[in-house]
Parts: sequence; structure tokens; C-alpha cells
Amino acid sequence: MNNEAVLLTGALAIDESGERRLDVRVRDGVITEVGDALVVGDEDHLDISGCLLAPGFVDLHTHLREPGMPEAETIETGSRAAALGGYTAVVAMPNTDPTQDCVEVVEFVAKRGREVGLCDVRPSGSITVGRAGQQLTPIADLAAVGVHLFTDDGSGVQDEGLMRRALEYAGELGVVLAQHCEVASLTAGAVMHEGECCSHLGLPGWPALAEELMVHRDIELSRLTGSPVHLLHLSTARSVELVRAAKAEGLLVTAEATPHHISLNDERLSSFDTRYKVNPPLRTLADIEAVKAGLIDGTIDAIATDHAPHPSAAKDRPLDEAPPGMLGLETALGVARAHLDCSWQHLIGAMSWRPAKIAGLSDSQGRPIAVGEPANLVVIDPDVEWQVDPIALASRSSNTPFIGVDLKAKVRHTMFQGRVVVRDGKATA
Amino acid sequence: MTSHFRSIAEAGTERIHRLLDLTDHMAAVGRRPNPKVPALRGKTVCNLFFEDSTRTRMSFDLAAKRLSADTMTLAVSSSSVNKGESLRDTIETLDAMGVDAFVVRHRTSGVPWQVAQWSPAAVINAGDGWHAHPTQALLDAYTIRQRRGMTNDFTGLKVAIVGDIRHSRVARSTTEILLMLGAEVTHVAPRTLLPPTSQLPTTANLDEVIAEVDVLYMLRMQRERMGAGIVPDGGEYSRRFALDERRASALRNDALLMHPGPINRGVEMMVDPTELSQSTILDQVTNGIAARMAVLFDLLGSGEIEE
Repeated sequence: MNNEAVLLTGALAIDESGERRLDVRVRDGVITEVGDALVVGDEDHLDISGCLLAPGFVDLHTHLREPGMPEAETIETGSRAAALGGYTAVVAMPNTDPTQDCVEVVEFVAKRGREVGLCDVRPSGSITVGRAGQQLTPIADLAAVGVHLFTDDGSGVQDEGLMRRALEYAGELGVVLAQHCEVASLTAGAVMHEGECCSHLGLPGWPALAEELMVHRDIELSRLTGSPVHLLHLSTARSVELVRAAKAEGLLVTAEATPHHISLNDERLSSFDTRYKVNPPLRTLADIEAVKAGLIDGTIDAIATDHAPHPSAAKDRPLDEAPPGMLGLETALGVARAHLDCSWQHLIGAMSWRPAKIAGLSDSQGRPIAVGEPANLVVIDPDVEWQVDPIALASRSSNTPFIGVDLKAKVRHTMFQGRVVVRDGKATA
Repeated sequence: MTSHFRSIAEAGTERIHRLLDLTDHMAAVGRRPNPKVPALRGKTVCNLFFEDSTRTRMSFDLAAKRLSADTMTLAVSSSSVNKGESLRDTIETLDAMGVDAFVVRHRTSGVPWQVAQWSPAAVINAGDGWHAHPTQALLDAYTIRQRRGMTNDFTGLKVAIVGDIRHSRVARSTTEILLMLGAEVTHVAPRTLLPPTSQLPTTANLDEVIAEVDVLYMLRMQRERMGAGIVPDGGEYSRRFALDERRASALRNDALLMHPGPINRGVEMMVDPTELSQSTILDQVTNGIAARMAVLFDLLGSGEIEE
């Protein structure tokens, strides 16, 4: 049981309903009192004047690497990184070893997440067995143990017929299928975005079309089946346009974008630094502008990290051998704030209540700051400028290109189920 | 900061001009009865060849030896490198032995830049992926200058580079140096063998340009590209893009016929180039040693070639 009592005073509280100055008292994991001048008692008192108080962030796209790759990350180190980034819930991607394609593996991940207790670890399930794109996983059995988001992330479901049936099957279960949009036949051997820079560097290209074709296909399959589809890590201008048009028609399409796809372009690969190798690849400046516009106008619902830890032994290899991916959890807020010109409420919405709804977590995450609500909260220093200290990263890996980069806004405290799991920017456990 | 020689653009115009002049000097050294000079005595050059390349490796090795450097060679196909050891481990281990320069060949673009991150030694790019092969570019430019009796100003020189531009580091680097020196370069290839984007004039019709060019640069066409959905199999590539008797006779007498070697006879070359007066192919091999001596001396030498 959580019997910790905490009083948060002086902050500007921001939730889906708006913003107002508010003191908040928390006991046993629940908000017990709110007001504009609560009396300080004998509880843990955090003076957070000048800060923002918001519902904790929800990451739709985290690779925790456990089971299978403890040298990259574990549920414990990834949960700690999440808490430091202000996240109170993460959806764990299924490309573990073994794959999260059966009840035993997803229950292991969920149980380990509860034991660690630093954030809500919600395993996703794969759409196909072993993410091999051949055979459906037991989607109903997985849904029955709490899996809400299904994806073969790391690769897209290539077979249109199979994807159609998966959507039909999943639709009546109330779960959501999420697609890694990549037509594999167009990206064989690809290392970076196909364009001018890749032509110059002589690296095999990943054309924007490979994403857009599958975005288009899945929008049409969603129309056909009436089932929702969530599009992972959109990276191109045309993808954003396709989603915008689909939403205008009222189709059940949601989408996310990563902090790195709104901040870094393909020319970063000119350094041949493997930290810039991600999938989908870093795109052009025009794509960055379009993805940002999509996030600002709500075409793209959520900012998701695609936190993808890799040990240096894996990244210190030639570009074609180095695995794609970069860290994201601990830098997401700072990168997003530095690159997105929108209100705090809109930005926090893209990191909290909107992804909570997509992940099926809106009963416990992204909640209003009000009496009776679960105390999953983040306290943000809105104006602090900071740089990543590579030594201080909680993640077991350090593959982030944001070291030495000026970031804006930082997580000061994170509260998960009423417990302060991050205090003054440091994990408490 | 350590200096490297990894791409033509990175070297810059001034250095390329200096290297061309230095190559000319090294070529003269090479014509002496005793072509060896003590310029790099006590320096250690490590040839790191992660991809098969007998010719370039031997050329670098001989260039270093003619400058009296000590050489060591690690020639491995990258797939055979111990799976537990990263590229970085390999570099750091060799670096600890005391290396002044790494000569790096790798099937992947960018490896020479990565090597320079992990070692303070000078890095010479001996070919990385489809990206760059700057010593080939240097020897190509020098060969043109030598055969045509030119200066380093190539203004007005018309060059056609023919073949698999997309997958060719030679095409990228040689194009870069020729443009830097003022030449006009046209790429001749089917769309599938061109880079995804290009700012240069391109054509898929070799016959349209062959009679006009001062330099016809034929690239090696790898057989595995044919029949793999990149170009059709069954001789169509050769019919469209190979140098055959008819095209050879269209070539001007004062034009140059270049090829980086090794030639794929019966694919891009249907005639025997050694029978064509325009061919520079053996000059390119000879000049390769001088160009590599120039690069090594420029990076590691102390200013004086002779004792």
C-alpha cells in the first residue's frame, strides 16, 4: 500500500480541461485535496512554485529490451529512464526475445514492471507470431490479460490480406493495431532516407514512399474493416497529409511522431555517426516542418519516443551493421519543447492524455488533476535550459545524439501511484 | 587536429592542387633507377582491408615502401571478423601498436570517419562502400593531366562516365575531382544505375555523347547487378552501354579511354582496350602508386622528400 502523503504547492496545474494555479495533496496514491492555499501539514512538502504540474506522460513506443537483451536495457533501467523523463506509463514494444506474442511473455513483462514499480509498464503484443508476418497471435487471450496495443514494430505487416483479417479480428475485441509503416521491398539494405544526401554519401536509401504506401494501405484497410489503426512514428510530409485527410473523413486513424523526427534531418548522417541511424530514418527539413505542423494541428495525436537502447558494442559498427534506434525517454520533453511552437497544454496533451487514450489507459493515466484521481503526475521546470549528462543517463545504453545539445524544459519530479519516484531530477529508487 | 584524406570535398581545392603537383614529383621519383626515398623512415602505415582488393592494397603497400615507411596489413573480409569484436575494438587494438596512418577499405560508406573517431592516427580512405575512393580520383585526374599535357585547370574538358554510377565510389570521387578542376561531367547510365538524385547532366544514350567527349570513363559493371531487377540479364546492358567495335571507332583519336579496373571483359568492354591508343588503363595503374605516395607524404612527411 502507498501510505506516503505529499503536498505539492505553488504550481500551475495543466490538464485536459485547462490550466489554473493549484495546490495538490496526495495520500495513498490518490489526490485527496486540491485548492489555492492548502495548509502545510506533516507530510512531504514539495514547493513547486514556478513549475508546471501535469498528469504523467504516457509513451506509446518504448523498447525495454527485456526479456532477451539485458546488455541494452532492462525493465528496471528502462522504467527508471521513463520516470526521469516524466513518464508514468510506457507501452513496451513486442520485439523482445522471446517475442511478446503469447500470454506467458506479456505477463512476465507486466509482472516485472510491477515489481520495479517506477511506472506502469504495459506490454504490447505482436500482431503475428514471432513478428514473422505469417500467423495471427492469440489476440483475444492477450487482450484478456490486459494487452491493448498490438504491433509487429520493427517491421510492418507486409501481407495486405493478413492485415485485413487482423483488423477484422481485433476490431470486435476493442483493441488497437499499430503499424510500423514500411514496405520492405522498397527498403532492402536501407541505412538512411533516400534523397540528395544519400545520393552523395553512397548509402542505400529508404524512400519516403515505403512509409506512405503502407500509411495509405492501412487507412484504406481501416475504412474497409471499420477497425481503428494507429500509425507509429510517422516521418514524412505525405504521410501527414494522408492522415490529415483520413481524419477529415472521420476514419478511426491515430498517429504518433518521435522527438527525433521533429528535430534532426538526414544530413546528420554526413558524419557517419551511427547514433543517427533510426528506423524510419531521419528525413528532410521539409518533412520535419510537416510533422511538426501535424503535431500542432492534432493530425498527429501523440509524441512517442521510440526509445531504442543499443549497447555501444552494437552501435560501434559500420552503418549497415549497426542496429537502428536511439534513446528517447529522458530527452523527449526537452527536445519536443525546443522544437514545437505550441502551448504547454497542447504539448502535454500530446505526451499524456492523448496517448493514454490510444493505449487504453485513460482510466488511470492522463487524468484530470482533481480529487479522487490517481496521483500519476509530473512536475516540469518550464524554462530551464539543460544538456544531457551521458554519465547520468539511467538507461543502460547511451546511444543518444542529444549529448551536448541545448534542451528546453526539464522534469523536476515524477509521482507514480502517489510515490515520488523522481525528486529534483534524480530517481529515488 | 590530425589531418586525413577521406574524400575529395573534405580535402578541398587547394590541397588537391598541391597533391596533383606532388603526384607529378612522385611519378618522376618512380622513373628513377632506384625509386625509393627515405621520406617516411620510422613511420608505420597500417593497411586495413575489410574488403577484397588486391590491386589497391598492393598499390598502397608499394607506395608506402617506396617512401621507406614500415607497413603492416590486415586483410579480412568483414564477415570473418570475430563476432564478439566490434570494429572499434579492432581499431583500438591496432592503434595501441603504434600506427601513424590507417589505409582503410571497407564495403560500407563512412568507415574511415568512424576509424578516425577511435584513433588519433591519420586515415586514408582506400574506398568506402559506394561513397568515396579519393586516391583513385587523384590518380585519374593526374592521368588526364599527364596524357593531355595539361595544367590543373580542366576547364572545357568534356568527360562522360559510363555504367553503374549508383553503386560506384569511383564515379562519386572522380566526378567530384573533375568538377573541382573545372571539367564538364556527364553520367551515362540507365535510371536504375544512377543515384536517387543528381544535379549533373545524365543520359541513357551512350551513342549520343561518345563522339564528343575528351574522356570516356568506363566503370566496372558487376555481373550480380544483372538479373537482380536492376538491369535485365542477357546482354542488354552490354548492347546499350559497353564499349564495342562500333563505339570504339566513334571515339576521337585524341580522346582518352579510362577504366578503374579490373575490367569485366564481355560486360562493359567488348574490345581489347590495350589495342586502343586512347586507353590510359595501364597509366592509371602506374600513376596510382605516385598518387598514393603523394597522399602518404602529404600527411606523414616533414616537408623534404629527399634526405
